[in-house]
Amino acid sequence: MITVEHVCKSYKIAKRNAGFGEAFKALFRREYEVIHALSDVSFQISDGEMVGYIGPNGAGKSSTIKILSGILTPDSGTVMVDGRIPHKNRMEHVKGIGVVFGQRSQLWWDVPVIDSFELLKDIYSIPKAAYRNNLEELTELLNLTELLRSPVRQLSLGQRMRCEIAASLLHSPRILFLDEPTIGLDAVSKIVVREFIKKQNELHKTTVILTTHDMQDIEALSQRIILIGKGKILLDGTLEDIKRGDAGIDETVAGLYRAYDIE
Amino acid sequence: MHKYLSFFRLSFMQGLQYRTAALAGMVTQFAWGFLEIMVFQAFFQAQAEAFPMTISATASYIWMQQAFLALFATWMMDNDIFDAIARGNISYSLCRPIRIYNMWFSQSAAARVSRAVLRCFPILIVAAILPKPYGIAKPASAWHFGLFLITLILGLLVTVAFSMFVYVSTFFTLSPQGVRIVFTSMADFFAGAIIPLPFFPPKWQRVLELLPFASMQNVPLRIYSGSMTGAETERAVVLQVIWLAVLVLLGSGLCRAAEKKATIQGG
Repeated sequence: MITVEHVCKSYKIAKRNAGFGEAFKALFRREYEVIHALSDVSFQISDGEMVGYIGPNGAGKSSTIKILSGILTPDSGTVMVDGRIPHKNRMEHVKGIGVVFGQRSQLWWDVPVIDSFELLKDIYSIPKAAYRNNLEELTELLNLTELLRSPVRQLSLGQRMRCEIAASLLHSPRILFLDEPTIGLDAVSKIVVREFIKKQNELHKTTVILTTHDMQDIEALSQRIILIGKGKILLDGTLEDIKRGDAGIDETVAGLYRAYDIE
Repeated sequence: MHKYLSFFRLSFMQGLQYRTAALAGMVTQFAWGFLEIMVFQAFFQAQAEAFPMTISATASYIWMQQAFLALFATWMMDNDIFDAIARGNISYSLCRPIRIYNMWFSQSAAARVSRAVLRCFPILIVAAILPKPYGIAKPASAWHFGLFLITLILGLLVTVAFSMFVYVSTFFTLSPQGVRIVFTSMADFFAGAIIPLPFFPPKWQRVLELLPFASMQNVPLRIYSGSMTGAETERAVVLQVIWLAVLVLLGSGLCRAAEKKATIQGG
């Protein structure tokens, strides 16, 4: 169970105009602009739900994921994940979640994938039997047999992403955060990843929160959509709610962005 | 504890993969070792009585230093750690039930040990068969050798604890370059990496020996070469332990503060 209530988060960004004179002035006096990444965000997600979290770049998606995973402290508001406040008891909290950042890597670059997995086993103190079961299941579902023994640097992006997802599920977390998991993947890998996420949710009742720009991801995966723009929640409903007539999903969402003036 | 040992193991394994780097390092260390010995030899011939160490002890010091360079060279830092902070991969580490400080500590200790293991043996073997007084002399006794090993490990830990400050500073400065250059050149000079501490003027020496830098390579290398004895040794070992404790306490405190700051400003 995830509860987010009235959460705000702002960043300070140094700004100046172009030119040497301005750069010199900025040495002595910096001007900051406050960016409201999240303003008064509230939502609730129940156990076993699969939610697509969408919005244009810079809307506040990643900030939300980071707050939910305990990496970021909100300025105000309350966050509860399975009865814990993520940023307060980070160590306890992170044992129960899995996170995939599509644009980063958690695997050790120069050693075979399996070595990174073994390390995760020790980090989370996963019991031997559970580890073996999970690894077997993940290997089968994500088709990793050939990949486990290769160094990460020699994997393609699609292969690596499959391994990243497996890595985040070895400790059987109850909640899985996926921050743009299909970014840059080819059609085949995307389908593998989607199918897998779906299965994971059905089999283990894992709560999945997924941010993406790929509307086919949303169409394939989530019943529920939360649309965020300029730090505010604009819409919280099902795909059917927002679809109009025969318009494709991309057009629908583009229409939404336009309607809310958040392009 | 178990998880940090795993970090150590994985870093160690990763380090063992870089064979070409090890070979290149070894060649450099041979060249550097011979060069240094020739320089000291020239000084020795010019005025032997002004020499604070015998030429044989100096040679042992230099060869041991070259063999175990990777354990103590403060300028050899783990670039993976800098990248993790600057590029944001640290986000992943923060999503794990681990202490960042302990993780980096074991990681960088392992990187140093793996480099040293790959490089030390050929250097030790060649230096052992070099003619006297230019090679490595045998240790004075088994006791000396044991003490050498213990202080070698303590020295490594002090070096890692010291470099942790440079890693953690990246949280505050974005680019580690400045802090890194100041810290490492200072450490190299005061630790006896360029010239052994006995070659400093006596007044300097009295101060330098109390600083954390003297608790790095200075102690094991001088115990091995026999230029540190008796009460001096005891004091040096105690200082090593004290500095290790102080540096780790300060460093992990600073690291916690840095994590908090990072989590407030954005990952």
